[in-house]
Amino acid sequence: MPLSADQLEERIRGVAKGLPLSFGFGKSGLEVRVDKDYVVELCKLLRDDTELQFDYLRCLSAIDWFEEGQMEVVYHLYSMKHGHSLVVKVRVKRDDPRLPSVSSIWAAANWHEREAYDLLGIIFEGHPDLRRILLPQDWTGHPLRKDYSYNPVEFDEEYAGKVRRGEIT
Amino acid sequence: MSKLYHSSQSDVDSVRPGEAIKTDKLVVNMGPQHPSTHGVLRVILTVDGEWVVAAEPEVGYLHRGFEKLAEMRAYEQTIFLSDRWDYLSSMSNNLAMSLAIETLLEIQAPEKAQWIRMLVAELQRIASHLVFIAAYGLDMGAMTPFFYCFREREKIVWLFEMLCGARLTYHYVRIGGVAADLPEGFIEALEATIPQLKRGFDEIDELLLYNPIFIERTRGIGIIDPQLAVNYGLSGPMIRASGIPYDVRRCHPYLFYDAVEWDVVVHDACDCWARVWVRSQEMRQSLRIVEQVVERLKGMPSGNVSAKVPKPIRPKKGDCYVAIESPRGELGIYIVSDGSQKPYRVKIRGPSFVNLSIAQRVLPGAKIADLVAILGSFDLVMGEVDR
Repeated sequence: MPLSADQLEERIRGVAKGLPLSFGFGKSGLEVRVDKDYVVELCKLLRDDTELQFDYLRCLSAIDWFEEGQMEVVYHLYSMKHGHSLVVKVRVKRDDPRLPSVSSIWAAANWHEREAYDLLGIIFEGHPDLRRILLPQDWTGHPLRKDYSYNPVEFDEEYAGKVRRGEIT
Repeated sequence: MSKLYHSSQSDVDSVRPGEAIKTDKLVVNMGPQHPSTHGVLRVILTVDGEWVVAAEPEVGYLHRGFEKLAEMRAYEQTIFLSDRWDYLSSMSNNLAMSLAIETLLEIQAPEKAQWIRMLVAELQRIASHLVFIAAYGLDMGAMTPFFYCFREREKIVWLFEMLCGARLTYHYVRIGGVAADLPEGFIEALEATIPQLKRGFDEIDELLLYNPIFIERTRGIGIIDPQLAVNYGLSGPMIRASGIPYDVRRCHPYLFYDAVEWDVVVHDACDCWARVWVRSQEMRQSLRIVEQVVERLKGMPSGNVSAKVPKPIRPKKGDCYVAIESPRGELGIYIVSDGSQKPYRVKIRGPSFVNLSIAQRVLPGAKIADLVAILGSFDLVMGEVDR
C-alpha cells in the first residue's frame, strides 16, 4: 500500500534522524529539500528502508536559478513495491556547483548526471565517468545556463557578394 | 587400403577452446553510420575474438537542443517541437507536452478531447510497435514481415492523415484539448480497420514471432534481470519483459485509463524474444482500449474538444513532473515556470535515452553476432535519445 504524503513525511523524519530536511508539497506530491552534504546519506536511507523503498529513479533534472545565484538538482523517485512517489530537491551555489553523485545508488542517474554536467556544468563528485554526453567533447560552455552566450556565425555580406559576382568560386 | 578414422569423445576433449587460436583485444567502431543502429548511434566496442568485452554507446549525433529551444519559445510553440523528439510517436509526445503545460495551468481538457487523446495515443502505440517489429525482423534477416507490418501501419497513418492532414509530425494534441473534432466518417473508417489490424497481428505473429528460426535467434540473449532493470530506470516494454509490471498508465494514471479494461503485459524471460512478445501483445491490448474508446465516442455530440486556454499562456510560478506511457516507456516532462510566457526549464526524460544506458552493462559477454539482436530489441529512436 502506498503511504500518504503525511505518512511519508513522518516516516522519512523518523528514518533520517538528525538530517536537516524541510518538507513541502508541490504539483508532483511531497517534496524534500536537503543540503548537498547529506544527499547520498538521505538517498541511501530512502532506497534501503523497507517501508519507503524508493528503488526507481524516474528522472533527474537540473535547473539554473540565475538570479538567485543557485543551481538546483531535482530527483523524482518512485517505489516499485509500495507505489508511492517523492521529489527530492537540492540547491548548490552557482559559482561552485558541486554535489555528490547518486549513480552508485541508482544506476539510472549515471546518464542523467552526465547530461546535467554537459548542459549545465554541474559537477557530480564521485561519478564514475563524468564526461559530456550530448555535445562534442571539445565544446566550450554549458548551453542551458542562463548566461550562456552562443556566437552564431555572422552572415558575411561582403563574402556573399563576392560569391554572387563570381569572384570566388 | 586406407584406414578409416572414427572420431571419439577424447578427440573433441583434446581441443581446448582459446588455446589453439590466440586472440587479442581489438577496438571496433559500430556506427554512427550503420544499417542496423536505426539512426546515428555509435557504439565503441572492444572485442576479443568473437566476444564483446566492453561496449560504450556514444550518443549526441542528433542533438538539436530541444530543451534550449523550448526555453526560447512561448508555451504554444513548444508543442510542435515535441513532434520531433521521437518521430515514430509524435502523438504521444504532443500529449506529454500538453499534459505538462495543462498541469502547470491547472486546466483540464474536455471529456471528449480526453477520449480522443486516448484513442490517438493507443493507435500511435500500435503504429510504433509495428515499426519496431518490422525493423527488428529486418535486423534478424527476415525481409518479408517488414512489408506486412508496414501495410498495417499504413492504415493507421491514413487514419491520422484524416485527423490532421499529416503523416508523421501530427501536432494534433494541443494545450487544452485537440486541434479539431473527429472528421466525418472517421469512426466508420476506424471500425473497418480494427478487424483488419487483428488479422494482421496474427499474420505477423505466425511469420515472425513464432518462427522457429527467429526464436532460436533471440531466445536467451540480452538477459536483463529484474533488479538491474529497476536500478537502471528502464521503462516500457524493456522493463515489462523483465517481469516488472511497471506501466505509467497503471502506476500513475492519466486520462481515462482507469475507466477502460486492459491488462499490463508482462513476461519474465528477460531476453530479446520476450521484448518482442511484450510489444506484440501490447498491440492487442491497445486495440482493446481503442475498441472501448470508440464505443464511448459514438455516443458523444460533436464539438467541444478544447478547453478555454488563457491567452497568452502564462502559468503561475511552479514546477511539475508529468509522465505518460509512450510506446517506448515513460516519457516524462519536468517543466518549470517563472511566471513568464516562456518555460523557464524543460527537461525531457526520454525513455530511449534511459533504456540505452543499460547497453554498457548488457552487451559485454555477448557475441558480436548477437550484438545487433540485443541493441535492436531496445527499440531505440535516436531523435529521442539525443533530443
